[in-house]
Amino acid sequence: MSNVPADLKYTKSHEWVRTLADGSVEIGITDHAQHALGDLVFVEVPDAGRAVKAGEACAVVESVKAASDVYAPLTGQVTAGNAKLTAEPETINTQPYGEGWLMRLKPAAGALAAAELLSPADYQKLLDAEGG
Amino acid sequence: MGRQTPLFKLHQELGARMVDFGGWDMPVQYSSQIGEHHAVRRAAGVFDVSHMCVVDLTGARVRAFLEHLIANDVGKLRVRGKALYSCLLDEQGGVLDDLIVYFLSESWFRLVVNAGTRDKDLAWIRRHAAAFGVEVSERADLAMLAVQGPQARAKAAQLLQPAQASAALALGTFVGCELGHWFVARTGYTGEDGFEIMMPARDAEPAWRSLNALGVASCGLGARDTLRLEAGMNLYGHDMDESTHPYESGLAWTVALEPRTRAFIGRAPLEAIVARGSPRKLVGLLLEDRGVLRSHQKVVVPGVGEGEITSGTFAPTLERSIALARVPAATADKVQVDIRGKLLQARVVKPPFVRNGKSLIS
Repeated sequence: MSNVPADLKYTKSHEWVRTLADGSVEIGITDHAQHALGDLVFVEVPDAGRAVKAGEACAVVESVKAASDVYAPLTGQVTAGNAKLTAEPETINTQPYGEGWLMRLKPAAGALAAAELLSPADYQKLLDAEGG
Repeated sequence: MGRQTPLFKLHQELGARMVDFGGWDMPVQYSSQIGEHHAVRRAAGVFDVSHMCVVDLTGARVRAFLEHLIANDVGKLRVRGKALYSCLLDEQGGVLDDLIVYFLSESWFRLVVNAGTRDKDLAWIRRHAAAFGVEVSERADLAMLAVQGPQARAKAAQLLQPAQASAALALGTFVGCELGHWFVARTGYTGEDGFEIMMPARDAEPAWRSLNALGVASCGLGARDTLRLEAGMNLYGHDMDESTHPYESGLAWTVALEPRTRAFIGRAPLEAIVARGSPRKLVGLLLEDRGVLRSHQKVVVPGVGEGEITSGTFAPTLERSIALARVPAATADKVQVDIRGKLLQARVVKPPFVRNGKSLIS
């Protein structure tokens, strides 16, 4: 049974989005995603300053088994990639919603409202439908 | 749904994630693939390899048949129970499969072939066996467990009666023996010491539970793959297949061209390859940059040409990425690998990468 925190928004491609106090957002992959991938061994996060469009592949997470793209849930500019993951990619397995965050983003004007994000309940329904 | 081994229900009970492998529903991991890998390098793990196909060959001319059938020479097998690794080649020298053959008596040899090639192999073997009057019997009644790791033999011996345990622990490397209804061999696919045990299907579940109780970790095919790649062992269908020959697959050591009078299938094309030299070779790669090597990534050899990774992974023992790659024969010690459009540096190294728990990479 995957953990789906109630205070986050989600994407169909299994990213989560947290709105921070300064209006920027923090992005990571969900507990379901890390579990499906298995032991993570390599993470590539975007550099600060990079502009990303909603739906654009902007990070890579690799487990022992396979490499997967992570997609930007909304349009904006990267303010930070999580450098800790370079040395400790397994942090995503142990704390997918905390220390295992991938990047922080300053949303473009109106981007947060335009983003197609799922509520926790809708994301849970998606997982149930996928049998996860 | 695929075929199921006698341990299918137990795998589910143990919480394994099941995947299709060669038409079989097999456990890929139980908890953590890396954890299972380390269990085998540091202590002991058990794998269900019952999907592999055990074939008994019987008849007065079975040795002569195998001298014809396979590329390695069963003439090397003189001690009862001794095993030999070989390729099964087609008439063009392409690799139909790789296998282990055990010498059990002058009228009985046993083959273990891959699950995914079962139908093709059985048809091929039967076709060629007829002329030698050799009977080909698939032993679908047997389950097979691989118990691997530095503590594997000592743990597995505790499943046996004292006299049998002594006999099992006295086995030399790559030798097996019958112990009651079990066949215990000191073989494996991990680069660690251990046993592969063939047993009646009904014995498999209690044996597995007993091993777990002795502290032997349940291990899936995921860990089996990272262990075999660290050990520099080929995987059929990835590192070699019918479109490749042994000399470009790191398997020259398994081809016995001596004695020159032995007319095995595929001999003539292999002699021609040796005479002109193979234009490609299989090498080990160690990624010097950060990232993970994967099969089918392009290898760029500056000034020489291009090649391709045939197996790649993150190596948990080395905490680096390693691979096997087929590259031009003139490749020296440095290559580049195209990973998502970036050329990353890799060093050519001689497999194995890890043996008996120790890194062999400087």
